[in-house]
Amino acid sequence: MPRLERRAQPSRVMMFASPLIAAVLMLMTGYILFSIMGKEPLHAFWVFFIKPLTTTYGIGEWLLKSTPLILCGIGLAIGFRARVFNIGAEGQFTMGAIAAGGVALYFYNTDAVWILPLMMLAGVLGGMAWAAIPAFLRTRFNTNEILVTLMLVYVAQLFLGYLVQGPWRDPEGFNFPQSRMFTDSETMPVLVEGLRVNWAFIVALVLVAVSWFFSFKMFAGFRMEVSGQAPDAARYAGFSEKRNVWFALLISGGLAGFAGMAEVAGPIGQLQPIISPGYGFAAIIVAYVGRLHPLGVLLASLLLSLLYLGGETAQMDLNLPSAITGLFQGILLFYLLAADIFIHYRLKPSPSDSRTTITSPPEPEGDIT
Amino acid sequence: MSTDTQTKLPRLELVGITKAYPSVIANQDVNLVVRPGEIHAVLGENGAGKSTLMKIIYGVTKPDSGSVLWDNREVHIESPAQARKIGIGMVFQHFSLFETLTVAENISLALDSAIAPHELVQRIEEVSQQYGLPIDPHRLIHSMSVGERQRVEIVRCLLNNPRLLIMDEPTSVLTPQAVLKLFETLRRLAAEGCSILYISHKLDEIQALCDKATILRGGRVTGTAIPSQETRESLAQMMIGRSLPECQMAPKMPAETRLRVHQLNLSTIDPFGTTLKNINLDVRSGEVVGIAGISGNGQKELMAALSGEQPMPKGTTTQICGVWADRLSPGQRRDLGLRFVPEERLGRGAVPSMSLRLNALLTTGAGDGLVNYGLISYAHVRSFARDVIEKFNVKCGGDEALASSLSGGNLQKFIVGREISLQPKVMIVAQPTWGVDVGAAQIIRQALIELRNQGVAVLVVSEELEELFMICDRIAVIAEGRLSPAIPASETSVEKIGLWMSGAFVEAKVEEVQHA
Repeated sequence: MPRLERRAQPSRVMMFASPLIAAVLMLMTGYILFSIMGKEPLHAFWVFFIKPLTTTYGIGEWLLKSTPLILCGIGLAIGFRARVFNIGAEGQFTMGAIAAGGVALYFYNTDAVWILPLMMLAGVLGGMAWAAIPAFLRTRFNTNEILVTLMLVYVAQLFLGYLVQGPWRDPEGFNFPQSRMFTDSETMPVLVEGLRVNWAFIVALVLVAVSWFFSFKMFAGFRMEVSGQAPDAARYAGFSEKRNVWFALLISGGLAGFAGMAEVAGPIGQLQPIISPGYGFAAIIVAYVGRLHPLGVLLASLLLSLLYLGGETAQMDLNLPSAITGLFQGILLFYLLAADIFIHYRLKPSPSDSRTTITSPPEPEGDIT
Repeated sequence: MSTDTQTKLPRLELVGITKAYPSVIANQDVNLVVRPGEIHAVLGENGAGKSTLMKIIYGVTKPDSGSVLWDNREVHIESPAQARKIGIGMVFQHFSLFETLTVAENISLALDSAIAPHELVQRIEEVSQQYGLPIDPHRLIHSMSVGERQRVEIVRCLLNNPRLLIMDEPTSVLTPQAVLKLFETLRRLAAEGCSILYISHKLDEIQALCDKATILRGGRVTGTAIPSQETRESLAQMMIGRSLPECQMAPKMPAETRLRVHQLNLSTIDPFGTTLKNINLDVRSGEVVGIAGISGNGQKELMAALSGEQPMPKGTTTQICGVWADRLSPGQRRDLGLRFVPEERLGRGAVPSMSLRLNALLTTGAGDGLVNYGLISYAHVRSFARDVIEKFNVKCGGDEALASSLSGGNLQKFIVGREISLQPKVMIVAQPTWGVDVGAAQIIRQALIELRNQGVAVLVVSEELEELFMICDRIAVIAEGRLSPAIPASETSVEKIGLWMSGAFVEAKVEEVQHA
């Protein structure tokens, strides 16, 4: 039996090859899956991955759906690099949407150019405020931010549900659980007439560049990276752990909040009980598939966005259930984590020389010092 | 004894042992013969392959090729349990004891066969009396000193009636007095016919204790010797391939006080940490002050307090170059000129997964030009890292090599070099040469002396008394969280410092304060 052997140094090649391997394995699994379900696999692939991009409108939708993934993804990647595991971007997304929606509803009768910027600000602050709770609890009481951020997702979603079914329900909305539609001055302008993709996509691209600059050119980015990779070294160097936790959560929360704002002030145009097909959670996959690198996050967002789109066309053209999107996301993450083990380990073929007398289970590899 | 052991058949024989790891050949064609009742030294620098060889004998690691002969029969030792079964015991350098359990509980956990508790207690007492290893079977481990813990480990091995006992660097945690006691025990064991493999890089110990020595360098055997018939120089020659280097240190008058700590009391939240009690310390410009002591007596806590990693309590007065520094963070203290090299290199002094270049950036401070307006100046960082690598002869794959790819000694050279190159006014170094080979140790020591000559205040914490006497102007001792006064190295002796290491200075304090 070949066995795993620790590499002397992590493999850079595998670091970049791993997402590609995962994507290929995802396609192979998809091939088998489609075959089992009685769909012609190649046709299904075409429907899933090519057809959505054959129209201008489709491309617009592709970029539109990638926008929240990019925004949440770069924020999470900054946090994950510093080992601050915010997995509740979905909740911060929701709170950003609520805060921005609150501004929109409050100024419903006002028509002014400053409303949209105010909504953006509210969205960012809403996401930050929601992320500040786990930041405070972690720095003050040493609670685990993974649990707290996750639990707050459900609190945020229930809060949104309460608002749209109660105080913020549209008075002329026949009791449907939704708010008034936002006015024109309260919605993001679209990039190209006829498509739904809006300026938030451009903002997301700019933020990719900013986050790259922050992570690789600024000392503050270096500090966070050290905090993530070697906490003792960070303490020795005098980098504050509290500042690290606060910064990571506020940045990722703020970006998720902005994404939430862009969603309700964009394609949705109002507050509803459900405003996201799980963008905040998919962004976790985006961050890791993108190797926590801003450019990687951009590419991974486009891939995951395509999975959302493909899932929709597959529902329409192939009568597949909507769960197909989540299934592909899960398969992708699964293979990615599996392939990632080869960054630090390699396969060692079983010894085939004459010393066959030694037949024992793999020994723990001792280090040599 | 050496003459009659020659005649007996070997108890353990290694023939052509080779073991390669992905990045290094740890052992190459190693032969070793240990006879009954022989105390056999395995001498070599860190990284020479001693530990790997012992792990092979003890069944932790399997060799790639070569054979192990036990009582003249070839054996394949698959596990430590099997090694213990055929009569091999090993005392590791780092103990494997549960701190919250008693001695007897710890020992019963490690026994391969079950013994009734009362019977075990009785046997522990018997063995500990027989070999002069006094321990109380009912004591909890966390309340015991390192020396006592080592006794527990030895007793644990002896309960299995070993015929070969492997001791891995046993004296690195002991006072000079405790070392003498240990030697008595080992000699008694050997006289009863137990063979002992004694791993060390300390030449004087090996000369005092061992009948034979096998010397390793770079994974190969470079010679065998009878230590008592060799000189330190000839042994060193075999161990490091050249003669022992010496430190050059001219007398120097110290100037103003650069680091002052008064009445530092620091309780610890770590149940196994040490509380610092009323620490007073002055380090002046142009002197090296050494702190001796057995590890675990408060060194870690004192270093963390001085570096700023552990906030100082109210009531302490700390001054760095005349500036009040009690509440300052590590970064602010660095900007005052305080530089610190911690004991742990990987993970604290350097980020393992980052390149040397980025690690050069770790302790950047105001005015060094590596960071401007919050932006990293990669050109400066690169040239700085290359300077350090060149000046301190760091053996590595260039400034882009990962810190984790360097040997302990080379990484230490890099970290010391980094801190020295950033113009310290006060330099604090913990265990400067721990795990560093003799040649590199010399470079580091000489660099510290040069700092002193340039007027830097240098504070060194070390467990190696020999080293402290080599480079220090004054030496203090830390024991149980208390610090003795620092007295001139020329006015004290290894024996006296050794005595103080067990806490005896508390009584002698009044007299010594006047002395200093």
